Order: sequence, then structure tokens, then C-alpha cells
Amino acid sequence: MKPIHPLILRLTHWLNAVAIVVMVGSGWQIYNASPLFGFTFPWTIGEWLGAAIAWHLAFMWLLVGNGLIYVVWTLASGHWRKFFPVRPRDILHDLKAALTFKLGHEKGVYNAVQKVLYLGVLFAGVVVVLSGLAIWKPVQLWPLCDLFGGFYAARYVHFFAMSAIVAFFVVHIALVALVPKVLPPMITGGKQP
Amino acid sequence: MNRRKILLRALALGLVSPLEACNYDDPAHPDLADDFLHMMSAWNDRVQAALFNPNTLAPTFRPDQITRPPRFNAFYDISQVTVVDPGTFRLALGGQIADKTPWTLAQINALPYQEQITRLICVEGWRVIGQWGGVPLGVFLKRVGADLTCSYVSFHCADGYYSSIDMASALHPQTILATTFLGAPLTPAFGAPLRLRIPTKLGFKNPKSVVQIAVTNTYPGGYWEDQGYNWFSGS
Repeated sequence: MKPIHPLILRLTHWLNAVAIVVMVGSGWQIYNASPLFGFTFPWTIGEWLGAAIAWHLAFMWLLVGNGLIYVVWTLASGHWRKFFPVRPRDILHDLKAALTFKLGHEKGVYNAVQKVLYLGVLFAGVVVVLSGLAIWKPVQLWPLCDLFGGFYAARYVHFFAMSAIVAFFVVHIALVALVPKVLPPMITGGKQP
Repeated sequence: MNRRKILLRALALGLVSPLEACNYDDPAHPDLADDFLHMMSAWNDRVQAALFNPNTLAPTFRPDQITRPPRFNAFYDISQVTVVDPGTFRLALGGQIADKTPWTLAQINALPYQEQITRLICVEGWRVIGQWGGVPLGVFLKRVGADLTCSYVSFHCADGYYSSIDMASALHPQTILATTFLGAPLTPAFGAPLRLRIPTKLGFKNPKSVVQIAVTNTYPGGYWEDQGYNWFSGS
């Protein structure tokens, strides 16, 4: 029987979860060394800047490598079709239903809110990687750095892309908490109804 | 406790415990996480060396974009700055260099001089723009008969700081042994009488008050590098 979530999707999902937690945690410690705003993060990975950078530049390979596997598989397998079509009318309808806790969950199908959130976080993922590369290599990858408005602007872009991913993470966890039956299939694969 | 909870807790524990242990606080006694990070950092050195293009120049800026007042930065407070007497200063040479005769400041000042207005990016994330002038390191290394096939150029400083760079970056046209800053001779806080200015690397790879330069194939490390900062740290 076909699982709801194929093995490769589950694998890339959980590897991505590890990569995101380490990248955000170490990124917050790096941010703390030279804050862009009037606050610092109380929880971080890496107890000082050197350790945080080491974690960040080690796990970027997992984030990007795993992300590329997911994107290639999504395009090649036809999985991408689940994200489309994205109709504004459906989004409004499903969003209203979700906010009033009336949105039913159909196993193996993305509702309009899911489609928007997933496409949005994928976009944020692309931006966070590209702006991160621009910050890491502003000289060698200068065209990329210029694309983001220079080194300093790229730091802000990187920060806001991270914020979008963290916001997604919070909503994602909250939705799983509201509809806990969706969690086991992401681990075991589940069975298509 | 059901299966799901056990699995989640195991995942959380497996994720958090190695991270808590790693703080790079004792480089002489690395734990498993430190070994992993060292391995990845060495891999990133190789990637950066491959990515380094000797013909790609760091961006240059207009005089009105220079950061004023300039920002002091070191591993100590500005009141603790080491002052080197320019009159008795001698630049020592070591390693694979044919002529190791020490250099006086006057001799260095007689070499070809070039100025640059470039951006210094600190590993912490901030950046400043400054104007530095001096002799290209490549010109100097050729002049003293350095073995340019060696892997590393190392620098030792009057304040005990030390660092090292790869030979390709050392020969980059914007890598200079700076003697001036903002159009005037270097001041002690900014690395008098001689410092490395390398705009293709992060700020901590720009050692100040350099008193010895050596060319070697033995990895020389660095003050911050030995504590866990990535060695190549290219921009």
C-alpha cells in the first residue's frame, strides 16, 4: 500500500528539522555578537561566537544538501503538483475555517493554507541560503551580495528570512499540536486512505 | 509513555546533548563534537581555497564612505595597546625565505606603495570602511626570495597575536603590508608600524604590529584559529 509520506520525504523532513534547529540556534549566537536590533537571543547553540560559527558552517551543508535532494525529488516525482493550484478564494476559505477550528484534515492532501505556508517557507529557505552565501562570501560571490543590496543589507535579509522560517516553525508545531494524528504518518509513513 | 513520545524524547536528547557539550573551551581536549566541527572546518578551508579567485577584487569605496571615527578592535582594551618604537623596529623573516635579513621601516617605505579604500568585515558581523596604504605582500615576498610554492605565510605580532594565510591569498593584488591608515602613518592602536591588510579575508586575519613574517609548509594556526575560528575565513 502507498504510504501518505514516502520514505524520502520523511527522511528529508526530519534531517531538515535537525538542520533548521542547529542553524537557527547557532545563527542566534552569531547575531548576538553584533545585534542588528536592540535585543539578543537568550537561547543559542554554541557557547561563544567561534563555536556558533563552527556549527553554522558545518550544518549549512546538511541544510543545503538535504534541501537540494528534497527539491530534485519533488520536481522529478511530481510531488510538486500537491502544492498547486493555489487559488486566492481557497486560501481565504481555508484560512477562515482554520482560524475558527473548522478546517478538516484530509490525509495526503494539502489544503490551501498548507500550500501557502509550504510554498512560503520554501521561498524563505531559498532566500536564507542565498543571503547566507552573500554574507559568507561577499567578495568571491559579489554579484550575489550586490543582489541583496550589499553585505550589510544582506544581513537584514538573512535575519528576516530566518524570522519567516521560525514563524513557520511555530505555526507548524501549533497545527500539529491541534491535529496530532498527522504526526505518526510523518514518522512511519502511514497508509493512504 | 507511548512510542511516539519515546521517539520524540530520544530525538530531542540526541539533538541537544552533543550541542551542550561543545563549547571549544579547551582546544587541547576536544570531545566528539569538537572533532566533528574541526573536520567540517577543514573541509570548509578546502572549499574556500577552491572558491578563491586570485583575479576577483574586493570592492573599493569612495573617500566619503570611510568610517569615521575609525573603530578600534583587538583581544584587549585600547589602553593596553603595545607601542612599537618605529626607530628600532626590525621586521624579522623566517622559514622558506632566501634572504632573511631583517628590514627597517625606512627600507619598507622605499618599496612600491599602493593605497586602497576597502571594507573590513569582522567575524562578529560588523563592517567598517578604511583607507590603507603600503607595499603589496606579493611584491615583498618576491623581493626577499620567498618560496612561493609554500602553502602558508605566517605573521607574529608585537602584542603576542599571531595568524597565518594561504599563499594564493598572500599573492592577491590587494593584500598589502600597510604602513599608513587614513592617509597618515599607522598609529599604535591600528597596528603601527606595520600591519597586514587583506580585504579578501575577515578582520581577524589582518594582524597588527607585525614583527615577523615566515613562509612555511607547516600549518602555523593563529590566535583565534587555534580556539575554533575557521582558518581560511575568506570573504
